[in-house]
Amino acid sequence: MAKLNRISTHNLPEAVLDRREAVPALIPRPRDWLVVAGLAGSAQELCAMTDDGPNVFGLGGAMGAAPMMALGLALAQPERRVLCITGDGELLMNLGALATIALLNPPNLRLVCVDNGKYGETGNQDSHTGLGVRLDQIAAGAGIPATFAINTADEIAEGRRLLETESGLCFVLLRVKEGPALKRPRSLRPHVVRDRFRAALLPA
Amino acid sequence: MSGQTWQPAVYAALKAARITQLAYVPDAGHAYLIEQAHADPDMEAVVLTTEEEGIAMAAGAWLGGQRAVLLMQSSGVGNCINMLSLPLNCRMPFFTLVTMRGEWGEFNPWQVPMGSATPAVLGAAGVHCRRVDEPKDAAEVVAYSAALAFDSAVPVAVLFSQRLIGAKVFVK
Repeated sequence: MAKLNRISTHNLPEAVLDRREAVPALIPRPRDWLVVAGLAGSAQELCAMTDDGPNVFGLGGAMGAAPMMALGLALAQPERRVLCITGDGELLMNLGALATIALLNPPNLRLVCVDNGKYGETGNQDSHTGLGVRLDQIAAGAGIPATFAINTADEIAEGRRLLETESGLCFVLLRVKEGPALKRPRSLRPHVVRDRFRAALLPA
Repeated sequence: MSGQTWQPAVYAALKAARITQLAYVPDAGHAYLIEQAHADPDMEAVVLTTEEEGIAMAAGAWLGGQRAVLLMQSSGVGNCINMLSLPLNCRMPFFTLVTMRGEWGEFNPWQVPMGSATPAVLGAAGVHCRRVDEPKDAAEVVAYSAALAFDSAVPVAVLFSQRLIGAKVFVK
């Protein structure tokens, strides 16, 4: 097997954060948002953090969908704050979405990528970010007006400030170590999640 | 020149169907609709880097109470297949207008494989297909296909034949 090129990571500290603590610390009031959560860890985590709340649309497939679903939702609901939370694997599958979202620049949309550097669902293979690819720099290059990478617990507060206080599109990269997400049983029947989400959001 | 007759009626049909988000990958056959969308203060015109982005955007729009349409070329259909599991699995509306390549007067062999496969691939992926060959039918087919998509919450594609669009001529 050919050896993969490990991109120089001399500016990249080792990931130390546990996502089960870092994600709730970054998003302390998850019920305040309309949330589109990407497949696997992100969807499990937001469902756990909201007790499978109706404001969370968690994906179980359609890998690459979450950022653009969040864009469509943000354009449709300009008065609500929309959060896309996804993983490095899903974001890598559809990097062009960052460019599309930057062009539209919806002020009510926030993007969070929980980056564990691994394809956690498929056997923990290294993802491109685990080998040094920098998604926050890609987001900045795409034109997302504010980007921030969180490597330590001390940096979570600045990420939270960008999400909660600043008005405008931003991208927050949350670098976490390998390990499980928060989890609780959640509905994998998408039509149920769909109806629940719309019933809570839209007038009858 | 056919755009001066049937394409304004197609844009009017999209408006009548209460579509407010129009996503597209740039395409000569859709140029009129794209220009209209950008000029329309009540339409969000969203240029994509790849077609499957538009399927996800449409799903998010619908979750938020709006309707979207995706404009693409037959070559873009091939980029969409797994993403079509989103509207199918969630039983959400999805509506797309597809300009066909690889048929009437095609000069570019690279357009032929996906153009030929487009109706079968969309059908296999669970998308209802309607085809327009005559300018006089275009607006009506779009109107009724949009109604099918949004009233029955199913994925629907309208295929604009290459003869309808007019064969593309490149000076090489």
